[in-house]
Amino acid sequence: MSTATFRIWRGDAQGGEFRDYPVEVSEGMVVLDAVNQLQAKHAHDLACRWNCKAGKCGSCSAEVNGMPKLMCMTRLSAIPLDRPVIIEPMKAFPVVRDLATDVSWNYRVKKKIKPFKPRAPDAPDGTWRMAQADVDRVQEFRKCIECFLCQDVCHVLRDHHRHDDFIGPRFLVYTAALEMHPLDTEDRLPELKQAHGVGLCNITKCCTTVCPENITITDNAIIPLKERVVDEFYDPLGWLAKQARNALKR
Amino acid sequence: MAQVEWSPAPRRFGETTRPDAWWAQPLLVFAGLSAFVLYSTWAAFQGKDYNFGPYLSPFYSPEIFGDSPHALLGPKPAAWPSWLPFSPALLILWIPAGFRMTCYYYRGAYYKSFWADPLACAVGEPRKSYLGENSLPLILQNVHRYFLYLALLFILVLAHDVWKALWFAGAAGQTTFGIGVGTLVLAVNVCLLGGYTFGCHSLRHLVGGGLDEVSCAPTCQHAWRCVSGLNRRHLLWAWMSLFWVGFSDVYIRLCAMGVWHDVRLL
Repeated sequence: MSTATFRIWRGDAQGGEFRDYPVEVSEGMVVLDAVNQLQAKHAHDLACRWNCKAGKCGSCSAEVNGMPKLMCMTRLSAIPLDRPVIIEPMKAFPVVRDLATDVSWNYRVKKKIKPFKPRAPDAPDGTWRMAQADVDRVQEFRKCIECFLCQDVCHVLRDHHRHDDFIGPRFLVYTAALEMHPLDTEDRLPELKQAHGVGLCNITKCCTTVCPENITITDNAIIPLKERVVDEFYDPLGWLAKQARNALKR
Repeated sequence: MAQVEWSPAPRRFGETTRPDAWWAQPLLVFAGLSAFVLYSTWAAFQGKDYNFGPYLSPFYSPEIFGDSPHALLGPKPAAWPSWLPFSPALLILWIPAGFRMTCYYYRGAYYKSFWADPLACAVGEPRKSYLGENSLPLILQNVHRYFLYLALLFILVLAHDVWKALWFAGAAGQTTFGIGVGTLVLAVNVCLLGGYTFGCHSLRHLVGGGLDEVSCAPTCQHAWRCVSGLNRRHLLWAWMSLFWVGFSDVYIRLCAMGVWHDVRLL
């Protein structure tokens, strides 16, 4: 059994420092196992959120060697142990203590997004009919576990702190799931353009890179939303074609 | 939970705890795109050695005005101002350049490599202000679909160039069917450019991605699936087509200069 050094950020919203802890490494360990071990042996007061240990609850989000990751899904065999393993809290959100951050901003943002508004039921019993092909596309977005790693890595939030005028990749995915839903009738494009700031995304795909559920956030959610905003606000020929179609229908 | 007071300290340019070679990818992209822009600009201003036999460099196609037999409307107009540099490439190259400049893949790539916005994921940035694509000048990136319409026409033109590259002038002045290495170079070029153009994110939206109930329009559904298939490897198509379009010009230029000899396969 070998020993590795874990360099953990300790502190709170006022400030903090990195401290080194030894961890006995055994086969099959993940970063969360190491953090739990050092919590038990060396740092009983270390604050760290975790729950399922299966990559499904999204609680143990942190930064492992500078990249946002789920600690429970990061194997020690996949990271170099010949130098200290650096574990930090997410940087896009305020630190509560040690590795725990206050992600409540995300829940407030979610409330601002217009909810699902289905069309009138298709059948007299109040049910709807949908084609599988139409729901396949939004199914991918429902894999999201709200770990907020995409929010953490997004430089608009992380470096530019535009929390007031950008909802971040997680909620662009959420909006895409609603906007592309075959039954939904709500129009969220004006908000997407203005209050939700889809134009602030400069499609560098970092959100897609860190997503533990492998959701193709940029290509399948954000860019299609940007294209819908172009349809509505930046495409004069498209606007003319739409007017012509509407006139023909009348 | 009570609201936590938060005043994050700004991070320095390049600040990160990533131990990997995060700088390698933006550096490679910077080198690759810079090399292509420098070469294509040089080639566009040359105005000579852009055709050889039935081959026409893709940088000069369609040749609207020019001195080669491929020119659609004959030589440079007499009214062209003498102080204004002329090259057939300058008349058309803004279209593929605009298509690539506004392409979603390239945007993400050059924002990282040229503007360090960000340089790499989870790496500190050089500037504090940020406008994104919400205001001028980057709001103009929304014009991408118009460049797409023109780029689709270019695919037809370049495919026609491949057809023309199958017909060689014989010794007695007659035209004979044949295949040279240059024909294959141009054919590969149009295939790669087609893979890139037909995998465009805007096209994916326009052919069916904009519909919520795509199953109601089977043709759109099929087209959306086809474009999505190409779109999954958009990065690969973008780089392969960029390299090959540059190589096609190099091949024809060196043949025209007599440095390389075009081998007739048929």
